[in-house]
Amino acid sequence: MSAGLAAAPPARRDPAWSGRLAMAIAVALVLWPLLVATEFTPWTMLDAHSLRVTGRFLGEFYPPALSAEFLELVAHATGRTIAIATCGVALALVLAIPLSLVSTAALSVSRLSGRMAPVPFAVRLCTRVLMVGLRTVPELVWALVLVRVVGLGPTSGVLAIALTYGGLLGKVYGEILESADAHAARSLLVNGSGRLAAFLHGLLPNASAELCSYTLYRWECAIRSSVILGFVGAGGLGQMMDTSVKMLAGNEVATLLLVFVGLVALADLASAAARRALRED
Amino acid sequence: MASRWRLFLAASLFLAVGLCFWSLDLQWAALFAPESLRAMGRFLAEFFPLETGHAFLRKLAGASLETLAMSTLGTLLATAVAAVLCLPAARAADGRGVLWRAPARLLLNVLRSVPEIAWASLLLVAAGLGPMAGTLALALHTAGVLGRLFAEAIENAPPGPALALRVQGATAPQVLLYATVPLVAPQLLSYVLYRWENNIRVAAVLGIVGAGGLGQMLAFHLALFQMGRTGSVVAAMLVLVLLVDALSHVARRAMTRPG
Amino acid sequence: MGLALELAGIGVQRVTPTGKRRAVLGGVDLRVAPGEHVAIVGPSGAGKTSLLQIAACALRPDSGVVRLDGSDPWACSARARRRLRHALFLAPQTPPLPPRQRVVTAVLAGRLPGMGLWRSFVSWLYPGDIAGAAAALAPFGLEGRLFDRVDRLSGGERQRVALARLWLAPARIWLLDEPLGALDPARAAEVIDMLCGQARRRGVTLVMAMHQVELAKAHFPRLVGLRGGTVAFDQAAGTLAPEQWRALYDLREGGPRDAARTAAASGAWAGA
Repeated sequence: MSAGLAAAPPARRDPAWSGRLAMAIAVALVLWPLLVATEFTPWTMLDAHSLRVTGRFLGEFYPPALSAEFLELVAHATGRTIAIATCGVALALVLAIPLSLVSTAALSVSRLSGRMAPVPFAVRLCTRVLMVGLRTVPELVWALVLVRVVGLGPTSGVLAIALTYGGLLGKVYGEILESADAHAARSLLVNGSGRLAAFLHGLLPNASAELCSYTLYRWECAIRSSVILGFVGAGGLGQMMDTSVKMLAGNEVATLLLVFVGLVALADLASAAARRALRED
Repeated sequence: MASRWRLFLAASLFLAVGLCFWSLDLQWAALFAPESLRAMGRFLAEFFPLETGHAFLRKLAGASLETLAMSTLGTLLATAVAAVLCLPAARAADGRGVLWRAPARLLLNVLRSVPEIAWASLLLVAAGLGPMAGTLALALHTAGVLGRLFAEAIENAPPGPALALRVQGATAPQVLLYATVPLVAPQLLSYVLYRWENNIRVAAVLGIVGAGGLGQMLAFHLALFQMGRTGSVVAAMLVLVLLVDALSHVARRAMTRPG
Repeated sequence: MGLALELAGIGVQRVTPTGKRRAVLGGVDLRVAPGEHVAIVGPSGAGKTSLLQIAACALRPDSGVVRLDGSDPWACSARARRRLRHALFLAPQTPPLPPRQRVVTAVLAGRLPGMGLWRSFVSWLYPGDIAGAAAALAPFGLEGRLFDRVDRLSGGERQRVALARLWLAPARIWLLDEPLGALDPARAAEVIDMLCGQARRRGVTLVMAMHQVELAKAHFPRLVGLRGGTVAFDQAAGTLAPEQWRALYDLREGGPRDAARTAAASGAWAGA
């Protein structure tokens, strides 16, 4: 077991060193063009004029705007933001549920006897491509374009969320259905029942908890999206903040930032409680 | 759960959603009227053909690179900040450093609660128009997200290696380097890649408020009603997002390969 | 050179998931002279792991006093206690090695106590003493695995790498918790021979918890039997009667109670 070497081994070199060094140099080399391409010159924020503007702006942050009328506006905008998100997700479901049912392989009759037939496969592929397209276009882009069509206001926000989240939810629903226990659904399909019945009685009972939990999570995300969409005119908290910043009203901005922090904290608490409830269920 | 309770929940859910629709007063009729549908159709048709002129494509490539640079640099900066902030924010196994935990967590929460576009609009005041504001906005928000994820990963790491070194009297930095980092590094890297994937989408649109890249081009051409060019910009965004998704997927697979 | 260890009236209690209090260790007295070799034997759940954790100051006793070289480590400041720890080494049952770390770094970590911040950082980037790590691994036959990742090693190899840290650690007392668990009998005999030999050469105090009765009798002059959290016997190996062994490992009286103690004995970190 002892090494049994006649002479002491020569001092070894770390074989991984050259690879690591090369990687570090590569990262450093990439860093320079990154800094140039993003015009990264943070010291310009510290020149006299910039500092004066920033300083004045930041100085107004305290005390935050807490007048009754402003708070009423904030409450109204918060309600609007949540409503936009909720309606958006509701419409997204109208899109996502049929898309997921069509695209999921779990309801494939032709797959029961081996491989999926070409036509159903093509149909499923097209639905998947459609969903990819819907969700890859950033929702801000949808909203920006829709504003031109339907005008400023919540409609563009609701539709933008509906389109993006329709694609998102459709994809994940399909995956959840595929990963659920397919035994019941398969036996129903084999015995000739319709696909909808197979879904309702075979897949849905097993997958409902996961579907609900994911939808809840995405609803939370939709609220964040709704805030962001406000910056292009969809109303709500985002639009309020956009206006306040453009007016350099520091005190209003401070209040709105506090509202953001509060909303996320609430969402954290709610999802922690929901997770606990699901575990105990 | 009792079925009556479930029914009550479903009913109140429907009611809540209905309330939301009612409160927003969406113009359904106007939206689905044949006139507006035709107008929408005409509007969409204006996107095609996409603009493919040489000079324009070169500008598009430049903007794409700028967007990619914004998201990459922003994610890198965020990783550096998160790596620093996650240390006090993580609950130490022996209860040390409790004083710094709350402020660190508060800072991380503030950073991640404010959406990137909100940070961008604020930074435009200080940094002016251009990609720097977008990069910093991405860095700030992502630092909050990553910091929290890093802290949780450190808290959930198996305690054995760190304990053994602490028994020997190793200092906190030594335990960090030799026990904690090797345990959590792969997971942290995976989080960073995931955020980089996400950030390319964000970087693409931050420009809409003036923070450079493809977003700024989009807003510009859309405002001028140059639909062909707008369509090309959207197409470029799609290509960029899909490219980064693919790269990140490859990188993630290379990491999890054994050895 | 070795550390003197004294445990006086040590008691450790755990609260079970059902809320009851169980004594993991009750009224344990143990005195180990500097450089002495002691084997702790006993059935599963007897409290061997907790005993070693108490000795290593990884666990704070609920009652009783621990003394290392005469002084109580829990009576001094955290910083002083950390300085004191340089002399300790605890090898847990599961090798405490990060899976994706390389063997060379894992072994060199044994020398961290007392190493300055800068040197620790530089050595983390590029292993500072590769020859030293190789020399520590050579007796275990693992010199060729220097640059492999820990998760590419078998269970037995990992255990030996964790023990190789001892060769580099500035410890004056070695507390080893079942270090032969993953080794086959031939390998186990070799390793225990090496550990006892090296400990004797360095004059360190050696306390080893183990199951292997024959190896314990062969290599350790003094045996301490632990059962149900109390000391069943503490005497020279040669003076032990077979009935004492039987009583120690008697399965009738043990069973669920001892198993509960094993479950409860996964000690929580009491404080630096």
